[in-house]
Amino acid sequence: MSKRDRLSGNEAVATAIRQIDPDVIAAFPITPSTEIPQYISSFKAEGLIGTEFVTVESEHSAMSACIGASAAGARAMTATSSAGMALMYELLYVAASDRLPIVMAAVNRALSGPININADHSDSMGARDSGWIQIYSENAQEAYDNMLMAHRIAEHPDVMLPVMICQDGFITSHAVENVVIEDDSFVKGFVGEYRPEKYLLNPDEPLGVGPYSVSIFYMEIKRQQFEAMSKARAVIAQVSADFTAQTGREYGMLEKYRMDGAELAILIMSSAAGTGKDAVDILRAKGVKAGLVKLRVFRPFPAEDVAEALGGLKALGIMDRSDGFSACGGPLGAEVRAALYGKADGIRTINYIYGLGGRDMRTEDFEHIFGELAAMRDGGEAPDCRYQGVRE
Amino acid sequence: MAYNTYSLKEAANRPERLVAGHRMCAGCGGPVAVRAVLRALRPEDRAVACVATSCLEVSSCTYPYTSWRDSFLHTAFENAAASASGVEAACAALRRRGKIEDEYKIITFGGDGGTYDIGFQSLSGAMERGTDMVYVCYDNEAYMNTGIQRSSSTPAFADTTTSATGPKSAGKPQYKKDLTKIMAAHHIPYVAQTTFIGNFKDIHRKSETAIYTAGPAFLNVLAPCPRGWRYEASDLMEICKAAVESCVWPLFEVVDGEWILNYEPKKKLPVTDYLRLQGRFKHLFEPGKEDILEAIQDDIDQRWEELKALCDMA
Ligand SMILES: Cc1ncc(C[n+]2csc(CCOP(=O)(O)OP(=O)(O)O)c2C)c(N)n1
Ligand code: SF4
Ligand SMILES: [Mg+2]
Repeated sequence: MSKRDRLSGNEAVATAIRQIDPDVIAAFPITPSTEIPQYISSFKAEGLIGTEFVTVESEHSAMSACIGASAAGARAMTATSSAGMALMYELLYVAASDRLPIVMAAVNRALSGPININADHSDSMGARDSGWIQIYSENAQEAYDNMLMAHRIAEHPDVMLPVMICQDGFITSHAVENVVIEDDSFVKGFVGEYRPEKYLLNPDEPLGVGPYSVSIFYMEIKRQQFEAMSKARAVIAQVSADFTAQTGREYGMLEKYRMDGAELAILIMSSAAGTGKDAVDILRAKGVKAGLVKLRVFRPFPAEDVAEALGGLKALGIMDRSDGFSACGGPLGAEVRAALYGKADGIRTINYIYGLGGRDMRTEDFEHIFGELAAMRDGGEAPDCRYQGVRE
Repeated sequence: MAYNTYSLKEAANRPERLVAGHRMCAGCGGPVAVRAVLRALRPEDRAVACVATSCLEVSSCTYPYTSWRDSFLHTAFENAAASASGVEAACAALRRRGKIEDEYKIITFGGDGGTYDIGFQSLSGAMERGTDMVYVCYDNEAYMNTGIQRSSSTPAFADTTTSATGPKSAGKPQYKKDLTKIMAAHHIPYVAQTTFIGNFKDIHRKSETAIYTAGPAFLNVLAPCPRGWRYEASDLMEICKAAVESCVWPLFEVVDGEWILNYEPKKKLPVTDYLRLQGRFKHLFEPGKEDILEAIQDDIDQRWEELKALCDMA
């Protein structure tokens, strides 16, 4: 029997980790994900988990230890944010190219400087090309649910890639909400046992992991990563459908909110989608044909689903919670526009940079954005990209 | 303990765990160190080798080949100890959960760059956490894989590609970091310094002790590099002997906090007898460099006295 509980995003994710009871966790404290290793420590102290908890001296070593553990045949997890993820950067690539199904609880936080502990997506967006699957959560429930699905996606034989489950720092990680928590036995059954095909501790077949690879082999290895990431789309869809069937909670590559008959819409990820939905409701009540698309899966990028969901719109606001400093928009802007090109032409777009370093995004901000989209639909001039909610 | 009955013949007859065909240079101390350490494993015992990016790594596990009979893990340059602690944790968890039966000895190899410098933090962390593994530094006193750049292990006044010699430079201005001592300060069960001497009894015994001591152990192995040090491949053993006889590289161990000097030369060789064998110190034998040679000798003498005091032999 599932039950309702009042939990923060971090508590919800820690609960999922307790239920999954992975073999190894290596983690290092950093706001706002610190609570997760703290919970692990107390679960261990209370005898609730059998996990080996490696209390490393840095996030660099956390990811290194996860790689060692996963290569050895264990189910390995970590949690981090911001500078911690940046410190892991080199090893994120190693984990993905070694095809190790490590799962990370990523609690999104701005990257320095100036140093700031609040939410934005500059940490995980910096790692977007590292070969990790990235799934973004709107609230604590989604963070919990996504965590329950993560291992099945990562460990699927067609995939064998690391997964990060992202939630917004403080806004989601620290706010207490009602969360449906599944039964421990349900989670055990749903997640299943990890049985790696090749691993270091197999006495019958010693294994070399991480060899030096020259040009005549390197590219084939990358091509296989591409293949795995491509296949991950179907696996995510399949695992999500199974989860929906068993819990009734709906998950896909993206969520469409009031998109029927919409002319204007925003595309957004994570917690601000909730505020965006409120704004859509307000505008719909006023007769504005507004809608919202919330992207759940950023890697692999579901280009076809995005083009399908947005096709038929007249104007679109693409909402980036990080700036890539390309001087022409953020990462989501670039990828969404590329997905539309040739598939759903004729939609005018503005790429908004918002919410950096935890800057609030209110319903009024969204209403303002929909106003700009309406003006653009009606032929008005509009910039390709602009910052929302900033003193200029 | 088995090392009391050490026989070179018996050790040499054990099946090699790092097999021929690797691509390290002739006369390189690296593979000699690895084979000597692995030979101390009982043939029936299983091991996982974790190796930092280095000459050893790129030359011994080049896709799709491997020279390692045991499972092998390389992740990066600066984190071999952290990666190994993940393997150790996996081993503990999987054994406890009945998913594997065998015990594994976890042996980590890093060059001096991967150990004294960029990997120092992860090494210190893994040792402090009590990771049950042996960390072996094969110390060739520079970053050889990238073309002989100085490290904090490079001796003072050595000529490297980033401590070049010329009218304004006599080589590396700084003295060598005493890593073995720093590792002893971690208060781990076993720390030792060794190299290739005589019939290899010293390195064999220390490797065996390190491997079969529960908890973390650190071995520092002087492993000369003919390219970086500029000596003939056939002179490897002579160089190691001179390093020990001149007290440049004393043989000692720290067992549960007790410092033990394993060898005291009857007549300490002047350091110049060691330096002269190597092209990297050639510039020190030009006229006018006598004060430098004297400074080097003073440093070696001071370190030797300090070590003897620690070993209660002053
Ligand atoms: C983070 C990082 N920085 C630099 C390098 C380049 N690099 C690879 S091996 C190496 C030097 C290795 O030196 P050492 O550890 O002493 O081993 P050796 O090759 O001398 O045996 C360097 C600088 C790297 N691979 N990773
Ligand atoms: S360059 Fe030196 S350390 Fe590297 S393989 Fe050759 S001899 Fe060994
Ligand atoms: Mg070196």
